[in-house]
Amino acid sequence: MAAVQTRSERALNRVAIAAVLVITLLFLAPIYWITSTAFKPRNLATTIPPTVIFEPEISPFVKLFTKRSQLRAAPEPEDYAAAPWWERLVFDGGEKVVRSGRGDVQLSGYPNRFMNSLIVAITSTVLAVSMGTFTAYGFSRFKMKGEADLLFFILSTRMLPPVVVAIPMFLMYRAVGLNDTHWGLIILYTAFNLSFSVWLMKGFIDEIPKEYEEAALVDGYTRLEAFFKIVLPEAATGIAATAVFCFITAWNEYAFALIMTNRRAQTAPPFIPSQVGSGLPDWTVIAAGTFLFLLPVAIFTFLLRNHLLRGMSFGAIRK
Amino acid sequence: MTQIELRGIEKHFGAVQVIKNLNLAIADNEFIVLLGQSGCGKTTTLRAIAGLETIDEGDILIDGRPVQHIKASHRDIAFVFQSFSLYPHMTVFENIAFPLRAMRGNRTDIEREVQAVAKTLQITHLLAKRPSALSGGDMQRVAIGRALVRRPKAMLMDEPIGALDAKLREEMRAEIKRLHIKQGSTTIYVTHDQVEAMSLADRIVVMHEGVLQQVGTPHEVYARPANMFVAQFVGSPVMNMTEVTVSEDAGHARVLVRGAPTAFDFPSSLTAELTAAGAENGNLTLGVRPEGVLVSREAREGFVPVEAHIIEPLGSHDIIDLQVGAQMLRARTKSGFVPRPGEAVWARINPAQAHFFDSSTGTSFGIRL
Ligand SMILES: Nc1ncnc2c1ncn2[C@@H]1O[C@H](COP(=O)(O)OP(=O)(O)O)[C@@H](O)[C@H]1O
Ligand SMILES: [Mg+2]
Repeated sequence: MAAVQTRSERALNRVAIAAVLVITLLFLAPIYWITSTAFKPRNLATTIPPTVIFEPEISPFVKLFTKRSQLRAAPEPEDYAAAPWWERLVFDGGEKVVRSGRGDVQLSGYPNRFMNSLIVAITSTVLAVSMGTFTAYGFSRFKMKGEADLLFFILSTRMLPPVVVAIPMFLMYRAVGLNDTHWGLIILYTAFNLSFSVWLMKGFIDEIPKEYEEAALVDGYTRLEAFFKIVLPEAATGIAATAVFCFITAWNEYAFALIMTNRRAQTAPPFIPSQVGSGLPDWTVIAAGTFLFLLPVAIFTFLLRNHLLRGMSFGAIRK
Repeated sequence: MTQIELRGIEKHFGAVQVIKNLNLAIADNEFIVLLGQSGCGKTTTLRAIAGLETIDEGDILIDGRPVQHIKASHRDIAFVFQSFSLYPHMTVFENIAFPLRAMRGNRTDIEREVQAVAKTLQITHLLAKRPSALSGGDMQRVAIGRALVRRPKAMLMDEPIGALDAKLREEMRAEIKRLHIKQGSTTIYVTHDQVEAMSLADRIVVMHEGVLQQVGTPHEVYARPANMFVAQFVGSPVMNMTEVTVSEDAGHARVLVRGAPTAFDFPSSLTAELTAAGAENGNLTLGVRPEGVLVSREAREGFVPVEAHIIEPLGSHDIIDLQVGAQMLRARTKSGFVPRPGEAVWARINPAQAHFFDSSTGTSFGIRL
């Protein structure tokens, strides 16, 4: 960038900054909305115009994690007095926490669904990225017959809108008993992400000169050793970028999760909206669920941010 | 103690033949330079020896044993690559230690070996740095260190200093020579730079389009080029080449440059030698290096009148383009010897520096006068 800017350049710069700010705000608005709703008292969640200033509370989160039922009448004062602070929050909302016969608090479906989401997304990401990396390495380093056709075929699995195959997949899964299982979703998401992962990783591995490995080979390493000692560290940036994309896809997937799972292996995306249906929707609880659902992707992306930034400009900064 | 022998090597990439019937025997401790234009198959030859490329025909023998079926990692050969020098994700120390770690030596040994190599190459102060913090010359030093550290059977270097600027190249050239003398390992060094080849090689191997042209000491290749390609590729400025006809006249051989008014004077033995070699007029090319063209400012016995065209003053000497008939001959003179272009001068060809080639095949008749 020039050290000295002309007046018009400076003006242009300001316009650009303003545009970026507007776009950023536009993208952040829904996140703000969800976050604020997740901490609102229920009666302020749906006011028109929206309430911006309120005293944040965490009752939505307590409700999110517990199984509750409507109170027909106000709770007995001694029950209320004996209840821990978080249970009182539920009482205040006109509900009570459901307990088992032995008096244990019953958890809602959410923590379970959240765990399912984590299990499915992490496992399928690890599988898709590792298989994709190996496959991409093969495509990148070895000549094979019909290489271009094969690569195109791999990509072509992404050309059909996934929902088109949902019904046949559902029937197949039912036939082999993969319905409503973790592995069912993991296989699905891995297959789904694999083409993407292969293509992305091939781009990154192509950028690593083959001399890097050949040097290791003549230095006395086997190809596998060269792969782990040279290719993987050099491809770390690409692997991180690919992992983030795969994770986000698997984490956010809705349609298949809705069709293929209902209880045991259900993930958070189909579960959260299903809570809207029963009775009067409690938007604060839904917002709390959504807010927590946003966190893993945010954390994951944040942890890999340096790799991601380099990944985006990969190729541009190398000769 | 490592000898390398190449026997009848052939290599194709698809339909293109890159190496054609290559035969070469390299002695222990020898510094061989593969010299040739870009694309002539030098890198491919080197890669085949290292085991990074398969060959279609022939045998590669290391210490008498065929190695085609031995993997690169088991050939115990070090390779300095043309386009790659160091791993960016490792420090200089780690880069040099990397080949040692493959042998799973213990840590103190590795530390000691790396330090020793670093000392030899005077890069001790760089050991903790990342490659990205190094200058081009230092990078190549480290790359050479990587190759040296393992004490391999042989060192293969593919244009290791080709990417450096001229001054640094000269410096590194001297350093590589010093290292070779000190360490003494069988080395094959690839370059397209004939000066580098001349200054480094025990023997030069000149290649052209996958075919070995000549093997010889720098002096042999320079003084007795086997063919027109070698003659013009080695030496700077380039050797003059011109078609001539030879006749005999009054106990002298007369060598006439096409279109020239007068012929050059040669010893009479030339005609007999040419006949013996099977040379024929109409298919004869004379080659002479600029220092073999003698220039006089006055008419002298055996000198032919010519016109000085272009004068390139190079400081230590001048290179002058002389028009002889329709041809240009470049001569080397003392600086300022011919003051102005356009001047009429007289020239003679030193018979001892003349080469005669078959115009159609390019092969030298091997005549020395
Ligand atoms: N992997 C390859 N596939 C196809 N052609 C190649 C390959 N490597 C080299 N070549 C071709 O072989 C010829 C010789 O290449 P190379 O040995 O690299 O030449 P040099 O090192 O002398 O410049 C060139 O024409 C080059 O294009
Ligand atoms: Mg080359």
